[in-house]
Amino acid sequence: MMAVLRRVGLLAPSMVTIGVLLIVPLGLMAVVSTLERGSTGGVVWGRHTADAYVQFLFERDLLGRLVVNTDYLHIFGRSFALAAITTVVTLIVGYPMALWIAFQPPRRRMLLIFIVTVPFWTNILVRNYAWILLLRNDGVIDWMLIKLGLTSHPIDVLYTPFATGIGLTYSFLPYMVLPIYVSLEKLDRRLIEAAFDLGADHWRAFRRVILPLSLPGVIGGAILVFIPGLGAFISPELLGGGKSMMIGSLIQQQFGQSRNWPFGAALAFVLLVLVLLALSAHTARYRGHGVRR
Amino acid sequence: MNGSTLVPPVAPQRLDLWRFPLTRSVAIAAFVYLYVPIVALVVLSFSAGDSSLARWEGFSVRWYIEVFNNSDMLRAMRNSLIVASAATVAGTVIATMGALATSGPRFRLQTAIEAMIALPLIVPDIVAGIAILLFFVLVGVPLGIFSIMLAHTVFAIPFAYLPIRARLAGLDPALAEAAADLYATPSRSFRRIVLPLIWPGIAAGAMLAFISSLGDVVISYFVSGPGATTLPVYVFGMVRMGVTPAVNAISTLLMLASVAILTVSYLLGRRFQ
Repeated sequence: MMAVLRRVGLLAPSMVTIGVLLIVPLGLMAVVSTLERGSTGGVVWGRHTADAYVQFLFERDLLGRLVVNTDYLHIFGRSFALAAITTVVTLIVGYPMALWIAFQPPRRRMLLIFIVTVPFWTNILVRNYAWILLLRNDGVIDWMLIKLGLTSHPIDVLYTPFATGIGLTYSFLPYMVLPIYVSLEKLDRRLIEAAFDLGADHWRAFRRVILPLSLPGVIGGAILVFIPGLGAFISPELLGGGKSMMIGSLIQQQFGQSRNWPFGAALAFVLLVLVLLALSAHTARYRGHGVRR
Repeated sequence: MNGSTLVPPVAPQRLDLWRFPLTRSVAIAAFVYLYVPIVALVVLSFSAGDSSLARWEGFSVRWYIEVFNNSDMLRAMRNSLIVASAATVAGTVIATMGALATSGPRFRLQTAIEAMIALPLIVPDIVAGIAILLFFVLVGVPLGIFSIMLAHTVFAIPFAYLPIRARLAGLDPALAEAAADLYATPSRSFRRIVLPLIWPGIAAGAMLAFISSLGDVVISYFVSGPGATTLPVYVFGMVRMGVTPAVNAISTLLMLASVAILTVSYLLGRRFQ
């Protein structure tokens, strides 16, 4: 009895704080997404409608009929594509990096992982801002290319989806490297030695032993990159420009210029559901598997 | 000619097995990729140039002087430090209590409770930002320093919780039992035995909470009022208005702050391992 009381007392502050300041707001957001939009912004309480969700796919033409509008689907599609490309690129770069670090002497391993984590902990705004300096016309890369005589005209990369991709890859590379590194580091070295002893070359040992055993790390990394990539706000805002809008900016717009809270809440709610679905698919797949080591 | 050819020794081949081809070059390229923007930013923040932002025009600290003469920026910096300190203290205390509760024998609902503590890390920050904004507006919490502090406390909890929980997991339960055998009251055994042993975890957790609060842009962007903003939100506004060299200087300072805290936490971690 005492133990239960003690536990409840110790847990109360975290449960209350997260409950009141995060879970209640998320519920409220879901409610707001079903409300009618107020004429001067805000919402009308007690008047429920599915307008916000209808607006996602349809718009009213001049005669008031519903016609399909794919603008918002395009933005979701672009967000998915950019998040997926970011995941693939960080995997291609991050896996060899994690593999190399994992086979270094232990002392150096720790230092290298620290070096990977430093950019991860520095301000995301600063990290993306630095890319503006590099990518802008007349910027560092531009200047270097002209100096080297490789090009004579501006590179015109900033404010394109490509620049957003660079920013996202840069922001999330450590999220991919760390979980892969963790699973590689835990991997029983004798299994790899056995593969070598049995005549496997590097490629074969990698494909048949190392890769399958580090798959949980790969999937963990993919989730850690894909999910924040989908909801990214800073990289597309700073590097992407108006033509390559992603979900995050669209949501923000509904609370800024558009003053359409229900639609913004609906978009955010859809994003949240997508994220939770991706996560639960992952936990369902690994429940029971994860314990085995 | 033939007779003088040296036969290569056979044994070192074995070492090369752990060198996977290509991984080294990819890793080095990736490290360069990770640090080139940071180095470029720091270098350019010391450039005397006025308008052109990508060229070295002589060493100067004029942009740093400009930052420290800009009262808006100083106010935003002070706000950031106040918010981060308050959120760190509140979040770390709450997280330590939570970690003490979940580190004993497993109990019913533990999975759900741990999921709830991790929730702030799972929800995309743009979603959390607008949800908390809606909540504050509809409940009537005025937007300003206090609202940012509340929001940051929520996100400080999981950041502080994870290292403290990890530290507690490595703690020998026999120690607390021994203290109890020696007639220590629970509070005394906590103060004299548990707290000193998990202290590195608490310090690491607090540092992570502080850095994450200091680095947050999105949540603060939504829950800050017109009057009071944090430094990253202020800089975000500046960058969107157009890039000035003063942004290089302030960004360098922001980065240095997190690198300094990280390095301390890394060295602490190494010492206590």
